Amino acid sequence: MNFLDYAPAPESRSILNLKPTYGLFIGGEFVDGHGTPFTTISPADESAIAEIAHANEHDVELAVTAARRAYDSVWSRMSGADRGKYLFRIARLIQERSRELAVAESLDNGKPIKEARDVDVPLVAAWFFYYAGWADKLDYAGLGPAPKSLGVAAQVIPWNFPLLMLAWKIAPALASGNTVVLKPAETTPLSALIFAEILQQADLPPGVVNIITGAGETGQALVNHPDVDKVAFTGSTAVGRAIARSTAGTGKKLTLELGGKAANIVFDDAPLDQAIEGIVNGIFFNQGHVCCAGSRLLVQENIHDEVLDRLKQRLSTLRLGDPLDKNTDIGAINSQEQLDRIKQLTAVGEQEGADRWTADCVIPDRGFWFAPTIFTNVATSHRIAREEIFGPVLSVLTFRTPAEAIAKANNTPYGLSAGVWSEKGSRILGVADKLRAGVVWANTFNRFDPSSPFGGYKESGYGREGGRHGLAAYLNPAGTPARSAVTAGKPSPVTVKSTDTPVIEGMKPSSPRKTTRAKTKKATTKGATK
Amino acid sequence: MTPTRLAVPKTYKLYIGGAFPRSESGRTYEVAARDGSFLANAAKASRKDARDAVVAARKAQSGWAGATGYNRGQVLYRIAELLEGRRAQFVDELRRSEGLTDAQANAQVDSAIDVWVWYAGWADKYLQVAGNGNPVAGPYFNISTPEPTGVVAVIAPQESSLLGLVSVVAPALVTGNTVVVVPSEQAPLSAISLGEVLATSDVPGGVVNVLTGSPAELAPWLAAHADVNALDLTGAGDLDWVDLQITAADTLKRVLPPEPGVPAPSVDRITFFTETKTVWHPKGII
Repeated sequence: MNFLDYAPAPESRSILNLKPTYGLFIGGEFVDGHGTPFTTISPADESAIAEIAHANEHDVELAVTAARRAYDSVWSRMSGADRGKYLFRIARLIQERSRELAVAESLDNGKPIKEARDVDVPLVAAWFFYYAGWADKLDYAGLGPAPKSLGVAAQVIPWNFPLLMLAWKIAPALASGNTVVLKPAETTPLSALIFAEILQQADLPPGVVNIITGAGETGQALVNHPDVDKVAFTGSTAVGRAIARSTAGTGKKLTLELGGKAANIVFDDAPLDQAIEGIVNGIFFNQGHVCCAGSRLLVQENIHDEVLDRLKQRLSTLRLGDPLDKNTDIGAINSQEQLDRIKQLTAVGEQEGADRWTADCVIPDRGFWFAPTIFTNVATSHRIAREEIFGPVLSVLTFRTPAEAIAKANNTPYGLSAGVWSEKGSRILGVADKLRAGVVWANTFNRFDPSSPFGGYKESGYGREGGRHGLAAYLNPAGTPARSAVTAGKPSPVTVKSTDTPVIEGMKPSSPRKTTRAKTKKATTKGATK
Repeated sequence: MTPTRLAVPKTYKLYIGGAFPRSESGRTYEVAARDGSFLANAAKASRKDARDAVVAARKAQSGWAGATGYNRGQVLYRIAELLEGRRAQFVDELRRSEGLTDAQANAQVDSAIDVWVWYAGWADKYLQVAGNGNPVAGPYFNISTPEPTGVVAVIAPQESSLLGLVSVVAPALVTGNTVVVVPSEQAPLSAISLGEVLATSDVPGGVVNVLTGSPAELAPWLAAHADVNALDLTGAGDLDWVDLQITAADTLKRVLPPEPGVPAPSVDRITFFTETKTVWHPKGII
C-alpha cells in the first residue's frame, strides 16, 4: 500500500429522495411533457437515475404562457423588496438542502463530490443571496433611476455546472423582475428539478420560474418563441452563433457565454508551487469541462522542463474514480458524446506531431472516463491549441518574451479568460492589460464569485454575468419602449440621460423606433444545444 | 465687367490609414446638391478598400487604446478646436449638399462640435463610471474595467451628414476603438472634410477610416469581415439590416441596430463598444 491508496469514502446516496420520473415544472406544478421521455444516467457507471419528461413545442408554449401570465399579473407588480425576500428564501433553502443537491449534481454530472459540495452548491446559494439584495436597489445598478425589467427570459444552460449555471441565470433575472423559462442540459436535468421542488417550498408564485427539460430542439423552440423578450445562453460557440442569427431583428435582448481556449501564462519568476497547483486547477477542475479552463499552458522556455516534471508528478497523485467518493479528484466525463470528442481531438493532437503524456491511473470498467493528459511540443497551429477540447487535456506551448506570450495568448478567436503567473507586480498588471479576455486570473485560476462579472471578448460571447454588470443583461433604462414597439430593441440600450448632455437642435432625443421587423427568411438554430 | 476668379474645386477621396487614396476600383459617383447641380465626384469605395480600411483600423487599434484616457481626451478635444476653425467650410458644404439655410448649417456645426467636446471629456472618466471594485468573498483583489471592443464598423446616419457622423464616430473612439465609417451616401462631403481635420490633428492614422460610397454595397462586407469586432447599424435603417445582423452573427459581432434620426449623446453608446475585463489577484494574509 502506498500513500496514494485510500480506503473508499463514498458519500451516501440515501440523502436523495429521487422520484422514478420527473415531469416539466410549469406554472408551479410538475406536469407531463408531450414529447417522449428520456432517461438521465450516471456517467460514472451508466446506470439509470430517473426518467425525465421531454418538452416539445406545445410544452414550450405552455411554459412561456405561464411565465408571461406570472410576469403580467404578479412578478412585474411586486415590490423589489418582496422579490428579494423570495430570493433570500431560495438561498436559504439551497443551503438547507445543500448536501442533497451536491450528491444529485455529482451523480448526474459525474463531477467529484468534493467539487459539487465545496464549489458548486455554495456558489449557487451565494448567487441567490447576492442578487436577492439587489432586487430593491436596482436604481443603483448603473442604468439610471427606475430601470425596467424585460419580461419573459428564455434561458438555456449547459451540463458542466448544471445548478451553478441555473443560479447564474435565474438569480439576476428574478431580482430584476423578469420571469423565466429555463432549459437545463439534456444530460444533467436532475439538480434543476430538485431546485423546482425548492421553489415550491419557497412558495414562489406559480409561473415565475418554469423549468422544461429536453434536448437541443426544445432549447431552439424556446429561444425562438415570439413571446420571449430575453435570451440567455451558455454553451458552445456554434450554438451561440445560431442563436445570434435566429434572434437577429427580433429585438430580443441577448447574452451569450460561449467557448474559450484560455492561455495560462507562467513566467520564470512565478511562484512555482502555487503555479503548479493553479495549472492543475485550471485544466483538471471539473474534468476540464469548464469554458474558462486554462487549456493552453504558455510556459517561459527556460523553466519548461522543470514545470513539466513537477506537473507530471502532481498529476500522478490525482485520484480518478467514483465521483461520489470524497477522495476523488477527477470524476467521470459527462457523456459518451463528449468522451468521443475528447478522444477524437487528442488523436488529432498525436497525428499533428505533439507529444502525449497521460497520467498512469486505473480507468473503471463502466462509465465514461479520460485520464489527465498533457501534450508538449504543441505548435500554435495545432488543433489542440486552437479548438476547445472541454476535457482534462492540457496543451503546452513555450515563449521567450512577454510580448511573445501576449501575442500567443491572444492568437485565438476566443477571449473568455486567461491566467498570469509572476511574482512581479508590474509584469502582472502590464500583461493583464494586454490580454484580450473577460476574466484574468493572476497568480490564481478558476475563481468565481457572484459579485465578480464573468463573460467573454470576441467569439466567447457578449454580456456579463455576475456583479452589478450582470443586472444590465436583464434590465432596460426607464423610458425604453417595449419590445413590441421597437425596431430591434438595442441589445444594450443603456440610455443614461442627463440634463447636461448637449442640446441638439432638431434632434429627436428618444425617437420612436420602428416596429419589429420579423424576417420571413427564418434563420434556423443548427446543432444541438448543449 | 471684371472676370470672376475661377475657383479651384477639391477632389474628394477616401480616408484610409491616415492617407487619402482614390478607390482602388477607380470608381467615383456624382454628388449632387439638393437642386440637382453638380458638387463633386466622390470616390466609390470597393470591397478591397473596405478590407484595407479594416487592416488600417486593426493596425492602429492597440496604439490608440494604449494611450492614456487623458491623452485621448486631449487629442479628441483638439478635433473640436479644429472643427471650430474650419467652421466656414463645413457650413458651406452642409448648405450645398443638404440644402440647409445658413442658420441651419451653422446650428448643425455647433451641435457637432458640442457633441464632440462632450464625448471627448468622457475619455478619462468613463472607466470610473462603468468599472467596479468587486467585494468577492475571499482574500482577493478584484476589479472590473471596461476596455474597447476593437475595430468598429459604422453605418452613419444618412440624413444628417456631419452631426449624425460625429454622433456615431465619437462615442466609439473615446474608449480606444478604431473606426471604419460609411458616411451619408448622398452627402459625403463633410465626412471627407472631417477626415482632413483628423489627418491634420494628433489622431493617429487608421484610427478613423472613411469609406464614401454605397452603404448597401459596403455594409455586407464589413458585417462579414472576421477582423471587425462590432457593427453600428445606426444609419442602416433603409438597408436589409436584419440580414446584416445575421451575417454579423457568424463572427459574434456586437451589433447596434438602426435608429432613426441622430442618436442623442449618451453613455450607452460608449458602453456598447466596450468589454468588461475582470482581474483577480490574491491578497497576502498579513
